[in-house]
Amino acid sequence: MRPAEPLSTDRARRRFQDLPAYIRWPLYAAAAIFVLTVVQGLDGTDRLTSATTAQSMLRWAVPILLAGLGGLYSERSGVVNIGLEGMMVMGTWMGAWGALKFGPWWGLLAAIIGGALGGLLHALATVTFGVDHIISGVAINILAPGMTRFLSSIVEIPGWSITQSPRIPGVGSATVPVLAGGTIGSWTSPDLLGWLGSRDWFLISDMADILKGLLTRASWVTIAALILVPFSAWLLWRTRFGLRVRICGEYPAAGEAQGINVYKYKYIAVIISGALAGLGGAFIAGPELSGIYLEGQTQGRGFVGLAALIFGNWKPGGVLGASLLFGYPFGIGLRDLDGSASHSLILVSAIGLALVAISAFRRGRKVDAGLAVGLGALSVLWYLLSESVESVWINIFPYVIVLLVLVFFAQRLRVPAADGQIYRRGEA
Amino acid sequence: MAAAIELIGITKRFPGVVANDSVDLVVEEGEIHAICGENGAGKSTLMKILYGMLQPDEGVMKVEGKEVKFASPLDAIAAGIGMVHQHFMLADQLTVLENVILGAEPTRPGGLIDFDSAEEHFRRVAESYGLTVDPNDLVEDLEVGERQRVEIIKVLYRGARILILDEPTAVLVPHEVEELFRNMRELKEQGATILFIDHKLDEVLEIADTITVLRDGRTVATVKPDEVTAHDLAELMVGSDLPTPETTESTVRDEVALEVTDLTVTDEDGTRALVHSVSFDVHKGEVLGIAGVEGNGQAELIDALIGVTPPASGRIVLDGTDITRLSVRQRRELGLGYIPQDRHREGLLLPSPIWENAALGHQTRRPFAKGIWIDRVGARARTEEIIAEFDVRTPGVDTPAHALSGGNQQKLIVGREMVAEPVVLIAGHPTRGIDVGAQAAVWDDIREARRAGMATLLVSADLDELIGLSDRIMVMLRGRLVATLDPATVTPRELGAYMTGANTEEGAA
Amino acid sequence: MTTAPTWKRIVLAVAAPVAAVLVAMLLSSVVLLIVGSNPLRAFADMFEHASRLETMVDILNRATPLYISGIAAAVGFRMGLFNIGVEGQYLLAAIVAAHLGAQVALPPVLHIPFILLVAMVVGAAYAGFAGVLKVTRGINEVISTIMLNAIAISGLVAFLVNRWQSGGAVVGGVGRVGTEPIPASGRIPNLNPLVELFTREIRQGKTLTGVLIIAVIVGVVFHLLLNRTRFGFDLRASGINPFAAQVGGVPPKRMVVMAMVISGIFAGLVGMSEIMNLGFFPANPIQGLGFTGIAVALLGRNRAVGAAVAALLFAFLDVSSGVLQFSGAASREIVVIMQGIIILAAVIAYEIARRAREREEAAAAAEAMVGERGEAA
Repeated sequence: MRPAEPLSTDRARRRFQDLPAYIRWPLYAAAAIFVLTVVQGLDGTDRLTSATTAQSMLRWAVPILLAGLGGLYSERSGVVNIGLEGMMVMGTWMGAWGALKFGPWWGLLAAIIGGALGGLLHALATVTFGVDHIISGVAINILAPGMTRFLSSIVEIPGWSITQSPRIPGVGSATVPVLAGGTIGSWTSPDLLGWLGSRDWFLISDMADILKGLLTRASWVTIAALILVPFSAWLLWRTRFGLRVRICGEYPAAGEAQGINVYKYKYIAVIISGALAGLGGAFIAGPELSGIYLEGQTQGRGFVGLAALIFGNWKPGGVLGASLLFGYPFGIGLRDLDGSASHSLILVSAIGLALVAISAFRRGRKVDAGLAVGLGALSVLWYLLSESVESVWINIFPYVIVLLVLVFFAQRLRVPAADGQIYRRGEA
Repeated sequence: MAAAIELIGITKRFPGVVANDSVDLVVEEGEIHAICGENGAGKSTLMKILYGMLQPDEGVMKVEGKEVKFASPLDAIAAGIGMVHQHFMLADQLTVLENVILGAEPTRPGGLIDFDSAEEHFRRVAESYGLTVDPNDLVEDLEVGERQRVEIIKVLYRGARILILDEPTAVLVPHEVEELFRNMRELKEQGATILFIDHKLDEVLEIADTITVLRDGRTVATVKPDEVTAHDLAELMVGSDLPTPETTESTVRDEVALEVTDLTVTDEDGTRALVHSVSFDVHKGEVLGIAGVEGNGQAELIDALIGVTPPASGRIVLDGTDITRLSVRQRRELGLGYIPQDRHREGLLLPSPIWENAALGHQTRRPFAKGIWIDRVGARARTEEIIAEFDVRTPGVDTPAHALSGGNQQKLIVGREMVAEPVVLIAGHPTRGIDVGAQAAVWDDIREARRAGMATLLVSADLDELIGLSDRIMVMLRGRLVATLDPATVTPRELGAYMTGANTEEGAA
Repeated sequence: MTTAPTWKRIVLAVAAPVAAVLVAMLLSSVVLLIVGSNPLRAFADMFEHASRLETMVDILNRATPLYISGIAAAVGFRMGLFNIGVEGQYLLAAIVAAHLGAQVALPPVLHIPFILLVAMVVGAAYAGFAGVLKVTRGINEVISTIMLNAIAISGLVAFLVNRWQSGGAVVGGVGRVGTEPIPASGRIPNLNPLVELFTREIRQGKTLTGVLIIAVIVGVVFHLLLNRTRFGFDLRASGINPFAAQVGGVPPKRMVVMAMVISGIFAGLVGMSEIMNLGFFPANPIQGLGFTGIAVALLGRNRAVGAAVAALLFAFLDVSSGVLQFSGAASREIVVIMQGIIILAAVIAYEIARRAREREEAAAAAEAMVGERGEAA
C-alpha cells in the first residue's frame, strides 16, 4: 500500500471546496483578474481589464449563458440537447420577426416561443418516441436553418431578404444606479465603481473597472440572463419542481416508482431549454449584438453553450463562469485590431496551464502534470516568438479551452447519472 | 378483522406466457408473509400487480376488506402499500432526505420545499421504527444495508402500513441480513404488515409467520413455518425433487491446467489491492470452487484471469503457457472459456441474432471465421448444433438474443463455451437467476466436460452449488484466499463462517 | 415458418422510410397550401425535371459527397460512436490534399492516389484524435468532435486558406479564390464519355464527377468490412455491448480509435468532389456536407444501400430547389424543410418499427418457450 497524499494540502483543498459557491466563484474571479492585471502590467496595456473589455465580454457571454442554462434544464432532466444550436437559430429569426412586426418586447416573446417549439419537438422525439437524443438534436439542427430560410422567403416585411432582415429595434438597456452611476428618475446617482476605477489602486481599481463595465448600459436581456442564474439554482435545488426535474436526470425509474410523471417533467425541462436558447438567439440578432437577423449568425454558440454547461459542471454558477470565460477572448478580440491584447492572452493561458500542472502534480497525476507543462511551454514559446495573434485563433479559443478542460478534468465532472439515456415508462 | 390483503383469482398474461394463473393470496394484518417460488414462478409479476405497476387481466384485489383497482403506484401508495424494490430506487447524487421525500414533498407557497418539516417528519418516522440513517448524507456515500433502510423509510414516510420487500436479502451480507430481520420484527411490532419475496428457504423459515408458495404462476400452498422443513418447501416450489448439483466419482487428473502464482490486482489508481497475492492451481478434470461474500475480490480475480484487467504482479499459466501478458483473445484461442457472472452485461449482444452471439468470443476461429472473413454459413451451422445439443429454445438462429428467456440465454452461453472444448472454464455464478430446468442442464454440462478433462474455476454465491459441484473449495475474503476446504466434509454453515471471517484457521483439503 | 417473418421484416424495414417521406410530403404540402402555392404543381415540376439526363447528372454529383459523408458517419454509428466531426475532418483533409496535390508533379496513376491518400490520412488523423481523447481521457466524442469541428473550420482551415491562397481561377464564368490549382494529372477525369456510351450526349456543359466511382468503392468496402469481416464483427459487437465484446476478445479502446480512424478515412474523401471539380480548394468551400451526411446515415439506417438511397433523395431535393426557383411553382426553400422533416419523421418511424419488431420477436420466442413447458410437464 502506498502512503496517502500529503494531508495538509489535501485538507486545505477540501475546506476550500466546501465553501459555498457564492464565495468560491468571486474568489476565482478575483484570482483571474489578479493574473490579468499582472500580465497587462508586463505587457504595458490596460485592455485586458478595461471597462469596455468587460462590457463586450458580457455581450458575448450572454447568448452562451442562455444556451448553457437551457442545456442545464434539459440535461438535469436527463435529455442531452445538442439541438440548442437549432433552437437558437429559431430564436434569431423569430426574435427579428417579432421585433419588426410587433415591437422589441414582442420580439423576445416570439424568440422564446420559437425556441420552445424546437424544445417541444426535441421532447416529442426523445421522450415520447424514444429517439436517441443526439440524433434528434442533429435533426433539429438541420431542420431549423431550413425553417428560417423558408420563413425568410415568405415573410412580408420590406427590406427582408432571403438571408437577412432590416435593422431590428431593441428593448433598451439600464445602468445600475449608485454602483455604476445610473439614473433614478432625473437624479443621476453617484458612480462608485467609476470613482474606484479611476484611483489607480492595484487590483481594486481593475476589479472596479470590470464590474462597472458589466453594470453600465446593460441590456434588459442581459440583466434577465444574469438574474436567471441564481433563479435557476433556486428553482432546481430548492423547489419541488426542481427536485422532480433532477430525479428524471438521475434515476427516472425511482421517480416513477414514487408516482412522479417523468415524461411531464422531461417535457417541461426540454421546452424551457428551448425557450432559453431562443431568447439567446434574440439577443444575438437584436441590437445587443448584431442589430439585424443574418443567416448563420449563431455561429455555433449553441454548441459553445453546451461546452459551458460541461465546463460549469452542470451547475448554474459554473455555467455563468464558463460563459464569461468563453466570452472574454471575443470581447478582447473585437477591438484588438493589431492583435496585441490577444497576444497577452497566450501568456495568461500559459499561467493557467502552469497552475493546472501544479495541482495535477500535487494530486500525484504525473501524466497530467507533464502534459500541462508541455502545453504551457509551447504557449510561452508562442508568446515569445510572436508579436500578435491572428483573429482566427481568437475565434477558436473557447473550443480549445473546453478541450483542455476536458482533457484535464473530465474524470472529475459530475454529469447527471441518467443523462442521455432513453427512458421508457413502466421500465421500473 | 379483514385481512390486510386479499387476492382472488388474479391472472396476468403476457404475449405467449401466463405469468399469474388465478392466484389466491391472503395476508393477515400485522404478519410477515413470505412468497416463495423459483425464478419465473410469477412472484415479481404478482408484486408488481399489488403495487399498481401492472394491471391484472382478471381477478379481484382487496386491501383491508375494500376492493381496489390500482392504475399506477400512486393508487397503491394511497391505499397504504409501499414497495422496496430489489434494485434500489435511489439516486446517488441526491441526499437521503431528497430521495425519501420525492413525490411527497412538503412545500411552502411557491413550490419551495419545506426541508425543515421534511427532516422533522423523516426523523420521527426513522426513530419510531428504529431505523438509523443521516438524512443529509448523499446516497452514494451509503453502504448497501443503509440504502435498504433508506428504501424502507421512504415507504414508511408516506404512511405505508403494508410493505412489499422484493428479495431484500439478495444484496446483503449475513450480518446485514440479521440487521434487516431485526428491523422487520420491529416494524411488525409497530403494526406493519410485511409481504416479502425470497427463495432462500432457511431465511424464510426463520422470519416468516406464513409462507405462500408459487409455481408456474399458480399458488400451490400456504403453510406455517413450523409445519414444514426446507426440503418440503423446495419440493413445493419445484413440484418434484430439487435437482442436486452432486458429482459422483473424482475425475481429477495429474496435469495442471491452470496455475496462478502470487497474483495481485489493484484498483485503477494502483493504491489498493483488490486481489492480494493469490496462488492456486486447477487440475484437468477438476472443479475448483471459489466461495466468498460478493465484493471480496472474486470479480477482480476473474477479470485478471480472462485478461480484462492486467494484474499488478504475479503469474498465470494456462496449460503450460504463460498467459500473464496475453490479451483476452490470445487467452481464448489458447483454450480459456468464460461464462460471465452477468450475462446481460458481459455475455450477450442482446439486439444481435443468436448466431452472432454464438460466435462471440470464438469469432477468430473455425467454423465462425475463414481468414479475415466471417463464415456466415459455418457459423449458422455451428449455432444450429449448439441449439440442438444444449436445448436452447428459440424460433431460429436469426432471433435476437433479447427475445430469449434468461434460462435459454444462459444455455446458449454455456453451449457456445462448451463446444469450443476449453482447457479451462471460468464460470461466474453460472446458474444465477435461471429456472430449475436450465440450472440442472448447466450442471450436467459442467459435469460432463469435467469428465472429459476440462478444468473449471467455479465462482458462485450458491453454497449448495459450490459444495455439490466442486472437488475443492477455496474461500476468498478481502482479496485473499483464506481457506481450502473439502466439499465432502464441509457444511454450508461452516462455509458461511469462513466466508465472513468468523472461522479463520486454515482447513485441510 | 421462415418465409413469413422475413417477408414481414422487409415490409417493416421499407415501410418506415417510405412513411417518413410521405409524412414530409404531406406536411410540406400543408405548408405550401398555407402560403398559397400549389403543392401538386411543385411536386410535378420536381419529378418532371428529375427525369432529364442533365438533372440526373446534377443529382449524382450532389449525391456523391453526401454518400461518402453518410458512410463516414455510419461507421461511427455502427460502433455506437457519434462522429459529429465529419464536417471539420473533410474540410481540413480537402485543403491539405489540394495544397499538397498542387505541389507535386506525378503521373496520373500516382498523382490521384497521392491526393486521395493525403486526404484520407488527414481525415483519419483528425478523427482519430477524438478517438484517442475518448479512450485516454474519457472525453465523450460528441463534445470533442463538436469542438474539433469549430477548431478546424474557424481556425485551421481559415488560417490555411489565408496562407495558401494563390490568385484564383475562373470557374464556370465566376472568378473564385483558392489554393494553387492541381495539375491535370492529379484530377480524376469526369465520366461523361462513359455515360454517353449508353445514352445521348450530356448537354449544358454538365459533367458527371469521376469521384462517383470512389463513392461506389467506399460503399462496397464499407459493406464488406462491416458485415463480412471479423474486424467488422468486432466493431459491431463493441458498439452493441463493449463489455461483452471485451470478454469476447475485442479490445474496446482499440476498437474506438479504429472506428474513429476509419470514419475519418472516409470523411477525408468527402471533399474530393469539390477539389477535383474545381481543381483547387476554394476560399469559400461548400459547407454542411458533414452534417447532411449524418442525416444520410440516419435515413439510410447506417447501411450501404440505404445510405445510397438517402443520399440520392437528399441530392434530388437539393437539385429540385433550383428547379422550383426556375419554375416558380413554390418557394425553393420548401425542400430544406422537407429534408428536415424527413429526418425527424424517419428516426421516429424507425423507433416505432423497432418496437413493433421487438414485440413480434418476444412473442415468437415465448411461443418456443411454451413448447418447452408443455414437454417438461
